Amino acid sequence: MSMNLLRFIRRRSGSAPVARERLQILLAHERGLRSQPDLLGILREEILAVVSRHVVLDPEKVVVRMDRGKSVSTLEVDIELPNGFEKQLAVAS
Amino acid sequence: MAKVLVVTSGKGGVGKTTSTAALGAALAQQGEKVVVVDFDVGLRNLDLIMGAERRVVFDLINVVQGVAKLSQALIRDKRLENLWLLPASQTRDKDALTDEGVRLVIEDLRTKFDWVLCDSPAGIERGATLAMRYADEAVIVANPEVSSVRDADRIIGMLDSKTAKAEKGEQVKKHVLITRYDTGRATRGEMLNIDDILEILATPLLGIIPESQDVLRASNVGSPVTLNNAASTPARAYADAARRLNGESVAMIVPAERKSFMGRLLGRRAA
Ligand SMILES: Nc1ncnc2c1ncn2[C@@H]1O[C@H](COP(=O)(O)OP(=O)(O)O)[C@@H](O)[C@H]1O
Ligand SMILES: [Mg+2]
Repeated sequence: MSMNLLRFIRRRSGSAPVARERLQILLAHERGLRSQPDLLGILREEILAVVSRHVVLDPEKVVVRMDRGKSVSTLEVDIELPNGFEKQLAVAS
Repeated sequence: MAKVLVVTSGKGGVGKTTSTAALGAALAQQGEKVVVVDFDVGLRNLDLIMGAERRVVFDLINVVQGVAKLSQALIRDKRLENLWLLPASQTRDKDALTDEGVRLVIEDLRTKFDWVLCDSPAGIERGATLAMRYADEAVIVANPEVSSVRDADRIIGMLDSKTAKAEKGEQVKKHVLITRYDTGRATRGEMLNIDDILEILATPLLGIIPESQDVLRASNVGSPVTLNNAASTPARAYADAARRLNGESVAMIVPAERKSFMGRLLGRRAA
């Protein structure tokens, strides 16, 4: 009994409970992501396909990033185009 | 029937290699025919921990590539006649390991041994995926610390999706092995609690290995701790874990703090 009580008091004072709580929240989130199809990967592929129809570009230079905020999340698409791509555009259209 | 067991973790430095050697030797001491396989290509260490570093001639990649026969690459332990090592390559490129090559070697090992223990590299990349690919069971090594538990969770997700068993709709049997457990810090609430870790990972416990000088001593002399000092607390904890792997039910012992009164006083003041 007293041993349990002692453990209880000690546990409350240590940092382990904080660790436990942070982990539980984080892992719930990460497990959710894992079971979803790779949304960012799919977006990246499709954006790449659409843009490639008009501009010759290096697939490595297409970056799609998701940022999760409290109320809104943002999708950032960063595509690096080669210089002189406007000329190629004109030819395409 | 042979069992293929991967020792994995995600995070590096948590005790995978130490545990592969200790569990392999313990299983061999208990009469099983065991091979420990080093999958850490480029950073091999299992040979050193097993004390066989000067006897390596051929390695896993040589066998995968057909340069050497399996029998030429296997190294028999000098202390236990039913314990063997298949070393990793120190120099070759990681990409030399292929899925098909690994499958064939594991299949061959299955016909020759009771237990095939695969020491996984850290990370979640190709090397770690190949090490777990053909496993029937997995020991997930974790330290009682947030980043290690997070990585363990990630690895559990991979075991459930990226293994040959998972793809067949079967399950890799998973066990959590908590290593480098420091009782003093645990009772002071500074270290994740074992029950919390098990609850978070939702995976059964294989054993608790205390943080111990005996482990360092054993690695210094190139002997698995279960062979080097079988009476030490980490060795007994590993031997119990090996029995559990073999299906025995052995009471779980939470390592107790062995501290002098003075040490305890000082520890308390420091905390
Ligand atoms: N129970 C333990 N007590 C003390 N030191 C340990 C223990 N387990 C592992 N170590 C040490 O931790 C370090 C990393 O261990 P290792 O088995 O090489 O980890 P990994 O293979 O996961 O990278 C080594 O120096 C090892 O001696
Ligand atoms: Mg290692």
